[in-house]
Amino acid sequence: MQDLVDAFGAAFALLVGLDRDLVEIIARSLWVSSLALALAAGIGLPLGGAVALLRFPGRRVAAVGLNALMGLPPVVVGLVVYLMLSRSGPLGFLGWLFTPMAMVVAQFLLITPIVAALTRQVVEDLWEEYDEQLRSLGASRLRAIPTLLWDGRHRLLTTLLAGFGRAIAEVGAVILVGGNIAHVTRVMTTAIALETSKGDLALALALGIVLLVLSLAINAAAALAGDVARNAEG
Amino acid sequence: MRSIPGWVLLALWIASPAGHAAGRFIILASTTSTENSGLFAALLPRFTERTGIEVRVVAVGTGQALRMGRRGDADVLLVHDRDAEETFVAEGWGLERFEVMFNEFVLVGPADDPAGVRDLGDAAAAVARIAAARVPFVSRGDDSGTHKAERRLWRAAGIDPVSETGSWYRELGSGMGATLNTAAAMAAYTLADRGTWLAFRNRRDLEVLVAGDPRLHNPYGVIRVNPARHPHVKAKSSGVFVDWLLSSEGQAAIADFRVAGEALFHPAAKPARSPAILPRSESQDPSKPADTSRARKLSAPRKISTWKPRSWAASVFTGTSSTKRVVAGARSNRSRSSR
Repeated sequence: MQDLVDAFGAAFALLVGLDRDLVEIIARSLWVSSLALALAAGIGLPLGGAVALLRFPGRRVAAVGLNALMGLPPVVVGLVVYLMLSRSGPLGFLGWLFTPMAMVVAQFLLITPIVAALTRQVVEDLWEEYDEQLRSLGASRLRAIPTLLWDGRHRLLTTLLAGFGRAIAEVGAVILVGGNIAHVTRVMTTAIALETSKGDLALALALGIVLLVLSLAINAAAALAGDVARNAEG
Repeated sequence: MRSIPGWVLLALWIASPAGHAAGRFIILASTTSTENSGLFAALLPRFTERTGIEVRVVAVGTGQALRMGRRGDADVLLVHDRDAEETFVAEGWGLERFEVMFNEFVLVGPADDPAGVRDLGDAAAAVARIAAARVPFVSRGDDSGTHKAERRLWRAAGIDPVSETGSWYRELGSGMGATLNTAAAMAAYTLADRGTWLAFRNRRDLEVLVAGDPRLHNPYGVIRVNPARHPHVKAKSSGVFVDWLLSSEGQAAIADFRVAGEALFHPAAKPARSPAILPRSESQDPSKPADTSRARKLSAPRKISTWKPRSWAASVFTGTSSTKRVVAGARSNRSRSSR
């Protein structure tokens, strides 16, 4: 019980004091996961739309496959990325192992299926709604993808937030490929893992609270932005 | 989403090696014990300040650190499993192994000590009592240096605990700190290095019960990854790092690192530690003032054949596994003569 009390006290002190190391770690967590999300959105949104609308052999298999990949174990993703980026691996020449880029790659692989699978569901639902209307306008299924992605942007925001949440909360993959190197690849989750293994449970929990507050702030900001956009559209 | 490419490129640039204006760095694969104890946080800034070389520490178990070296994913290793280290060097993956420092393992357990091992001078006898009492013992179980040391204790006691795994013997596959957390939570015995133990905050009822057995000696060695095997490794910078660690300045920095007034690691590269074996080489001579001008240049070749720091407990280990020790010694001698 004392640990919990200490943790909230420490979390408060960390947030108020804006510890320099902590700010650095938060900033790194944010930009690594944002970059991973941007890449995942670039691939996952059109991919999800394509699987929802285009008619091609194996479409059902692709849809089920995307859903299954949402449950990719992070450690497995981390291991595969490690083996690929290792100096003895096929992409070793890049020199990305133990850099933030490796963490971006791992998070990208983890969340792209999430973004794609949830996007597929959203677009499929919208297609059922607007099917006839779009057809009457002469839109092909391919042409309908960007239209429906744009039309479903408010729902897709939740999709992206889900991907972002998974990325920033993940520890198994990034600690493997990033190495939890101080001032280089240490992010919120690996810092929490480190403090836990030092036995400083209060500080670890405090960092966890900070991560939660951060996540709350991001989601609140996204919700607010969505409301503002909706109101502007009338 | 149209505006993404610009800042993606910016982020890519920040992430790329060119984005780090800091310049030279090396990857040091080391153990959870050195990282969790806080040694690197105290040691490495002094090295970076002196040389401008940044050291990026990846803290894993000794077994995994050696595998990282084999794959070429690290430039230099600081680990603690002498047999495995000598094999690593003998197989040509690493350059010379140098003894850097030592501390000791301690057997920790619940304060009420259900197995009755407190203050036993013989660690093997202590683990035998734990086995006889069938009280929980948590093992690192991760092929780390500490794990190997623990297995040597069981062998010395003539017990195979792995046959009891899942009952009183519990293999975690975790780092030192996580293992101590678990031991604290289930009031179990475990083997820990004193460094991590002293820096550990979540002890609950755990206490040091057995210490001081020469079998519990814990030597750390530093090995540079062989650039002949992995041409991309930063052999020059890693050489500067090793030279600094072994210099009087680096050794003093290790000795200076204290938690609650207690030294966690003891320098081992000093000739004073084993004067009969070590020659009084130029920078190791304690009678000379410390070389604080700069780290020794790598270009100066070291007298390798005479550089075999055998610390006080090395001979004791031969008592437990003499054959293995002789084989390892022969192996490393062969590798030495081949250079």
